[in-house]
Amino acid sequence: MNLAINTKNISKSYPGVLANSNVSVQIEKSSIHAIVGENGAGKSTLMKILYGMTKPDQGEIEVFDQSASMSSPKEAINLGIGMVHQHFMLAKNLTVLENIILGIDKPSIKNLGLKKYKKLIEEVMSTYSLDIDLDMFVEDLSVGEKQRVEIIKVLFRGAKILILDEPTAVLVPQEVNELFKNLNNLKQNGVTIIFISHKLDEVLEIADDISVMRAGELIDSVKNENVSKTELAEMMIGKSLPTPPPRTTETKQNKILDIKSVTSESVDGRKFFTDVSFSVFESEILGIAGVEGNGQKEVVESIIGIQNIESGEIFFNGENINNKTTRQRLESGISFIPEDRQLQAMIMDMNLTNNVIIGRQNIEKYKSNLATVKTKNAIKESENVISLFDVKTPNTNTLATALSGGNQQKFVVGRELEDNPSLLIASQPTRGIDIGAQSLIWEKLRQSRDNGLAVLLISADLEELIGLSDRIIVFYQGSTVKELSSDDVSPEDLGGYMTGLKK
Amino acid sequence: MKFSLRIASFSAPIIALAISFGLSSLILLFIGKDPIETFQIMFEYGIKGKSIVSIINRSIPLYISAIAVAVGFKMGLFNIGVEGQYLVGSIVAAFVGSQFSIITPLHILFIILIAVACSAMWAAIAGYLKVKKGIHEVISTIMLNYIGTGLISYSLTNVFDEKGSEYELPRTPELPETGQMPALNNLFRLEDLQDLHGFLFVAIIVGIFYYWLVWKTTLGFDLRITGSNPVAAKFSGINPNRLIVVAMVTSGGFAGLVGLGPLLGYFHRFTIDFPTGLGFAGIAVALLGRNHPFGMGVGALLFAFLERSSQILDLNDVPKEIERMLQAFILLIVVVFYEVIRRFIVKQQIKDASKKVET
Repeated sequence: MNLAINTKNISKSYPGVLANSNVSVQIEKSSIHAIVGENGAGKSTLMKILYGMTKPDQGEIEVFDQSASMSSPKEAINLGIGMVHQHFMLAKNLTVLENIILGIDKPSIKNLGLKKYKKLIEEVMSTYSLDIDLDMFVEDLSVGEKQRVEIIKVLFRGAKILILDEPTAVLVPQEVNELFKNLNNLKQNGVTIIFISHKLDEVLEIADDISVMRAGELIDSVKNENVSKTELAEMMIGKSLPTPPPRTTETKQNKILDIKSVTSESVDGRKFFTDVSFSVFESEILGIAGVEGNGQKEVVESIIGIQNIESGEIFFNGENINNKTTRQRLESGISFIPEDRQLQAMIMDMNLTNNVIIGRQNIEKYKSNLATVKTKNAIKESENVISLFDVKTPNTNTLATALSGGNQQKFVVGRELEDNPSLLIASQPTRGIDIGAQSLIWEKLRQSRDNGLAVLLISADLEELIGLSDRIIVFYQGSTVKELSSDDVSPEDLGGYMTGLKK
Repeated sequence: MKFSLRIASFSAPIIALAISFGLSSLILLFIGKDPIETFQIMFEYGIKGKSIVSIINRSIPLYISAIAVAVGFKMGLFNIGVEGQYLVGSIVAAFVGSQFSIITPLHILFIILIAVACSAMWAAIAGYLKVKKGIHEVISTIMLNYIGTGLISYSLTNVFDEKGSEYELPRTPELPETGQMPALNNLFRLEDLQDLHGFLFVAIIVGIFYYWLVWKTTLGFDLRITGSNPVAAKFSGINPNRLIVVAMVTSGGFAGLVGLGPLLGYFHRFTIDFPTGLGFAGIAVALLGRNHPFGMGVGALLFAFLERSSQILDLNDVPKEIERMLQAFILLIVVVFYEVIRRFIVKQQIKDASKKVET
C-alpha cells in the first residue's frame, strides 16, 4: 500500500486528560481520509501533532515512508503537509495574491516580485483546477472563496497532504458542493486530503476512508463502501452507556425555566437556533445533548441575556425575563457556570475573595448602603466555598491563577451554588479536570437537585450527561430534535439524533 | 499577601531608580561631566525651601492628572485626552468664575464644579463615540485634544477675553478675590517663601476619594474586573457600554481638577502661558505609580522634584535635558521591573498552592 501518513501508537496527554492514546492510523496517498469524532475525542490533538504544532509524548510518524519528527508547522510544510484552519488566517485588507505570498520570503527591501509570483500561482491553480481572482481584496470574498485562498496558499507552499479542519462548518450548502468538487479534483491530481468533521452525511459523501475517534482512541478505520451511517454513529458514541444511579427524590411539577419558541440569529443573519422550546422543572436536571456547534451555547447565553433573541419568550419562575438585563437575571436567582472557567468565570489575577463576588456584585450581601463592597462577607463566603467544596488553596488571598484547574472549577461551582439559586445553568461543568474534582462536583449537583434546584446541564461528556440528567433533550442544527429519558437511552438513539440520522 | 512579597513589590521602583541614575551617569560621563557632582548640585538645589514649595505646587496637578488617567487604566481604557479635558474645563471655569463674586468657599466650590462638569462632558464625547460608533478612545481623545486646544485659542481672543481691557491680551478676566484660593503659607509658617497652593488639600482628598472609589465601591470593583477580564465581566452581568461611559466621565471629572491648582492658586485667570502638558505628564506618573494613589503621589513628587532641580543645571553648564532622559529611563525600566515582580509573585503563589495540594 502506498501511504502518505502512517502513525504508530501516538500518545499525548495534557494535565488530567489523555488526549490521544495509542493512535495508529494509515492514510493512503491520493485519497480523502475523514477523521470523525465528537468534540474532545482527540481529533484536533492528532491534527496538531501531524502539523507539528505539538509533539506527541510517544509514538512514531512516517510521512511518505520516511520517519518524521516535526517540532513546528514549518517543518511539516517542508515535508509537504499543509493545514487549512477552521478560522482563516488571512489579512482582509490585502489582495488574494498578497495573502498567498505572505511570509514566503524573508523580510527585505527587495521588490516583492508580485508578477513572478502571480505566474507561479496561476500555474498551481491550473494544475489543480482551482479558480480565484488573484487581484481581489480578501474582504470582498465570500467565505467559500476565502477557504479556497487558504487551500491555494497551502498548495503553493508545496503541500501534498492537506489537512482540513471542519472545513464545512462555515460554509453554506452550495459552497460545500463547490468545495467537494475541488477536493475531488485535488485527489485526482495526487493530493492526499485529511478531512476532519463530525458531520456524517458529508463524510460519507466525500471520503474514501473513514477513521473514528472516541475519548482519545482510534476506534476503527473503515472503507466508505463498507460502513453505514448507523454504524458510524454507533462507533462515535460508543456501544455501552452508563446507567444513572437511582434517585430517591422526585421532580416537582413547578416549572422554573420555561422557554417558548425562541429563535436567535447572528448579526449577518445565520440562525443560531430556531423555534426552541423546553422547560426545566424544580428538582430536576435537564441535560442537553448535541455535537458542539448546534446552538446549545447560544441557547444558554440567551437565557442569561448575553445573546439577543429574535422572537419567543423566556420565563423564569413564571415571569417573562425577555427584557431583563444579565445582571437582573443573575440576581433574581439564575446561577451560571460558563464552559471556560479561566476566560468567562474567573478573574485570574484577582484573589479568591474577589472572585467569590463576581456575578453577585450588587446583591445586599456584598454591597453596603454606601455602594462599597462588603469585604468581610466576601472573605467569609470564600472561606465557606473553600471548605464546602474542598478547594485546595493556602488561603482566600491566593490569586485564582495559582490554583489547579480542578480547584478553580470547584471554586466556581461552589460560588454558583451559594445563595440558593433556583436555576443553575452548568455548561461543561467538569471539562478537563481530574477525577476527584469531577466526582465531587457531580455529587454536589445531585445534592442540590435533590434539594429543589433546577439544573440545565450542557455537556459533551456522555457519561456525565446520562449519569446526572433526569431527562435529555438533543440539539441538532439549532433545533431540539428529541427528548429522551436517561433511564433507557440507547447509544443508537442518542448517536442517531445527535448526528441528524434520526429525526 | 505575605510580608516578604509586599517588600518585593516595593523593590521594583527602587531598582528602576538606581538603574536609571546609573544610565544617566554614563551619559553624563560620555559628555564629559561628573555625574556625582551633577546629581549633588541637583539634590542640593531641590531641597531648598523655595524649591520644595515649587515642587509641591507642581506635583498637585501632576498627581490629579495621573489619577484621571488611572481611572481609565483600571478598566483598560486609555484616556489620552486628559490634556484637552483639563484645558477646556479650566478656561470655562476661569471665565465663568470671573463674572460674579460670592463668599470665598462657595465661589471656589462653584468654579470647581464648573471645571469638573465641562471636562467630564468633553470626555463623555469620547465615551459616546466608543460605545455608539466603535471609535477607539485613543484616536478620539487625541483628536479631541486638538479640537479642544483649537477652540481654546479661538475663544481666548474672541469669546472669553477680557472685555474693555486696555492691553487686549488673550486672557480671561481676573478672578475676583473671592474666587482666589488662599495660600497655605500661614498654616505651615512659611512667611518668607512663595505661595504654597491651597489646592494641596483638594489633591489629598481626591487621592483618598479615588482610592475609595476604585478599591472599595462596587463600581470600582466592576471597573477592575472589566479591566482584567472583559469577557468574565460581561458574563457577571456588567453592561460594558454603560461602564465605558461612566469611566470616561469619571476620568474627565478628575481631569477637570487638574488645572485648578495653578488657576486658583497662582494665575487667577486663563492666559496663553497657562501650564499645558500636564495631561500627558499624568500618563507617565500613572504608569510609574501603577495606578495606586500612594504610588502616584510619590511619582508626582519625584517628577516634580526632577523638573525643579534640573533648573540649576544650566547655570552649571550641564544640559538640563538630562532630566528628561532620566524621567524616560525611569519609566521604561520601571515598567519592565513591575512585570518581573508580578511574575515572581504569581510563581510564589503557585508554589504555595501546590504545596497545599500535596498535604
